[in-house]
Amino acid sequence: MDKKTKSALVDPLFNNNPIALQVLGICSALAVTTKMETAVVMSIALTAVTTLSNLAISLIRNKIPGSIRIIVQLTIIASLVILTDQVLKAFVYDVAKQLSVFVGLIITNCIVMGRAEAFAMANGPRLAVWDGIGNGIGYSLVLLVVAFFRELLGSGKLFGITLLSPVTEGGWYTPNGLMVMSPSAFFLIGIFIWILRTYKTDQVETE
Amino acid sequence: MLEHYLNLAIKAVFVENMALAFFLGMCSFLAVSKKVETALGLGAAVTFVLSLAVPVNQAIINGLLKEGALAWISPDLATVDLSFLSLLAQIGTIAALVQIVEMTLDRYAPALYNALGVFLPLIAVNCAILGASLFMEQREYSFGEAAVFGFGSGVGWALAIVALAAIREKMRYSNVPAALRGLGITFIVTGLMAIGFLAFSGIQL
Repeated sequence: MDKKTKSALVDPLFNNNPIALQVLGICSALAVTTKMETAVVMSIALTAVTTLSNLAISLIRNKIPGSIRIIVQLTIIASLVILTDQVLKAFVYDVAKQLSVFVGLIITNCIVMGRAEAFAMANGPRLAVWDGIGNGIGYSLVLLVVAFFRELLGSGKLFGITLLSPVTEGGWYTPNGLMVMSPSAFFLIGIFIWILRTYKTDQVETE
Repeated sequence: MLEHYLNLAIKAVFVENMALAFFLGMCSFLAVSKKVETALGLGAAVTFVLSLAVPVNQAIINGLLKEGALAWISPDLATVDLSFLSLLAQIGTIAALVQIVEMTLDRYAPALYNALGVFLPLIAVNCAILGASLFMEQREYSFGEAAVFGFGSGVGWALAIVALAAIREKMRYSNVPAALRGLGITFIVTGLMAIGFLAFSGIQL
């Protein structure tokens, strides 16, 4: 694996994380992170869509007229999302039913569009695929960390299995109600960025 | 009648604020809120796209895609149901409108155009716009209601981003831990604003 490929794949994990640094794809990070299960399926679906859309757009990038590129990109992404939705419905129907709204929201997930516009329009298909995978994984990383804390602290469970038995069922743990509501996702992502930038000091913003 | 529309608008601006109650349109919300001026520009652009896109989508869904909507062409088409296309039609309308706004700004307000950067084309994937459009479809608003709702959601979103930008401008004078500066503290401030807006959620109009 040459250096360029590696940086396209690995950079989005910590050095150029789509959520923590590029500020892309935050809406769904808030919506699907109350449970680990939905977060995992969402991560896989988004990684697949980003990779495929990067590939498709990179392949035809020289043939897209600049003035209608948004519509072309969106049509490709929307078709891929409809495809993903159908695949999920065909093979994992139960999870797909839980996720139905969130899968549709991938269309408006700015990571897909942002990478298409910023990377796939300017690079060859092979690099674009690695960039898509890397950004998908970088997004998944944040999603899984946030979902881990929200499910564990909010309901004392992980993947639906009770780890901290809540008071309502005769246990000792008082679930933190705030963790189930959306503002908690903001705080968790904020803290995630705080920790990340304590170690990666070059990402600190100077205002 | 007027009262009904007024209630709908107030509800869309405060109670069901797109940014702070539904967390839609977050990407540009966080990234373009450094200065009040740019925030105002983006807020205006989003309001403009929203107040056009929602009623136009309402017309497309009810006039072309719903089961039986094509009956006016010929009676044979009365059983055609194209509603599976609604997602694609809505995103298409939004993308076309965004492209128009982009070209207009490029021509008449180049300073604003440069300040908004990549976030201008990203309005097309601003979840606030598709979100409002989907809410309109789900709640089966009439054309007038859709127009008021689209405009109200846009104003609410613009209000939230301008408020956040004003807070961030003041924050320059406070001593934030180095690693939390910029995006990190913005997330936490937005979280606090969201808790504040939870207070509106109980209001019945």
